[in-house]
Amino acid sequence: MNEYRSGSNLEKVLKAGHFAFTGECGPPPGANVELLKKKAQHLKGCVDAVNVTDNQTAVVRMASWAASLVLLQEGLEPNFQMVCRDRNRLAIQADILGVFTHGIRNMLCLSGDHQKFGNHPGSKNVFDIDSMQLINLVKTMRDDGKFLNGQDIDVSPNLFIGAASNPFGDPSEFRVYRLAKKISAGADFVQTQCIYNMKRFREFMKQAVDMGLHEKCYILAGVTPMKSVGMARYMAKQVPGMDVPDELINRLKGAGKGKVADEGIRFAVEQIEEFKEMEGIAGVHLMAIEWEHRVPEIAKMAGVLPRPKV
Amino acid sequence: MIVAEPKPIKEILEMTRDCGKILVVGCKGCVTVCNVGGSKEVGILASTLRIAAKRDGKELTVDEHTLERQCDPEYIDELKDKVAAYDAVVSLACGVGPQFLSERYPAQKIFPGVNTKFMGGALEHGMWAERCAGCGTCVVHHFGGLCPIARCSKSLLNGPCGGSSGGKCEISPDVECIWDMIVTKLMQEDRLDDLLQFRPAKDWTTARDGGPRRLIREELVK
Repeated sequence: MNEYRSGSNLEKVLKAGHFAFTGECGPPPGANVELLKKKAQHLKGCVDAVNVTDNQTAVVRMASWAASLVLLQEGLEPNFQMVCRDRNRLAIQADILGVFTHGIRNMLCLSGDHQKFGNHPGSKNVFDIDSMQLINLVKTMRDDGKFLNGQDIDVSPNLFIGAASNPFGDPSEFRVYRLAKKISAGADFVQTQCIYNMKRFREFMKQAVDMGLHEKCYILAGVTPMKSVGMARYMAKQVPGMDVPDELINRLKGAGKGKVADEGIRFAVEQIEEFKEMEGIAGVHLMAIEWEHRVPEIAKMAGVLPRPKV
Repeated sequence: MIVAEPKPIKEILEMTRDCGKILVVGCKGCVTVCNVGGSKEVGILASTLRIAAKRDGKELTVDEHTLERQCDPEYIDELKDKVAAYDAVVSLACGVGPQFLSERYPAQKIFPGVNTKFMGGALEHGMWAERCAGCGTCVVHHFGGLCPIARCSKSLLNGPCGGSSGGKCEISPDVECIWDMIVTKLMQEDRLDDLLQFRPAKDWTTARDGGPRRLIREELVK
């Protein structure tokens, strides 16, 4: 890689060999731009890029592209998320050209939670293409200058292409291969699902490293600090594809009243410390869900500040 | 087969509220096999309508007729001297039946008596599951003979999403994750290469997305 693929800050930080640190910001359930700006300000200077979720959990929110543009105006670099649930290939390609035109340089390609989980369960889903095909579509638009139908694009959207990986989903023996497939399809970087079972994740990474995947793609480990025992139990039982060991739940319980959140943060910081040393890990993706204001202290405790300027 | 279930009787009573003479028409095709629209079910619905009318003190005649198939003009024709005598016809066939009847007998009121669910088969007596989405271009051979278009909640073609858990789909523990089955089967058969092969975006023109479909086989057209 002699040249940048997109020239995004995230790409530059990773390419320079720094340990990347990305954050996340959910758009508001309305047009509350002030709230969005306030959340974004907490992340400013603490992260290299901010994931902007796309109708996450199939709940309607401000469009991810629109919230991404607000972040850009606020001086943060967005990682624009796009799911395949809500758009067909026409809308997908149009939105890709649109976001690139407005200065967005990172894009995370996802299938999307099924609408059954959300607040419009009666809606029709699209799934015209899947996340693998979306990754490949963005790569084809960028590197070959072609639309999905093979026609030429006049100016290509040069995006840094992201994908998600869930090391804890089933069937577990296939998970590392699915990651390999996403990399072959065109992913430049990967952000994993929230990790709580460190033992299983170490095994997953060993497989990934043995296959040389970390040399073809930047792998960022997903971290979500637990705010409460209830949240840990919910994640363990209600969220499909999530692995929360009892050991962690007991540790949080043992923290005592009023101290669970701090214990959750301590665990997250310990994880980040280990990820810094783990072979094949290029950074951490911190998903502090509705906890943006605590990101600065987590970043400070984890020793990832100040963020590099490349 | 095409699998259907009975419409709630309340809905049928509401549809036929103003009718004094009704013909209930069954079909000996798929709906007979899935116990929803054969002569037996025609009889049950007819009796139910008669009982309801009696309860409400209403004058009502209900006759019964079951056709060989309602998706074939040849058999639909069988009703030609009969239908005009009725205020309405209730079809117990899949969604094709009431439409063929409506097209053949435009002056007649035709009501659907079942809700058409999907193309599938019986898992056991009284239990059916979807197997085909009728996309028009079968690809099951790539997936160990199993169809992710019909059976994956997101119709994914390149592997399981992150919500696959313990063989179940993220939308419900009652829904099997077809990708779990595909992966398990192909890995057992040592066909990892097939799983790793990138499956490009599907051309949906042969599916319903290409507009209402029609099939002409020249060799069969007279």
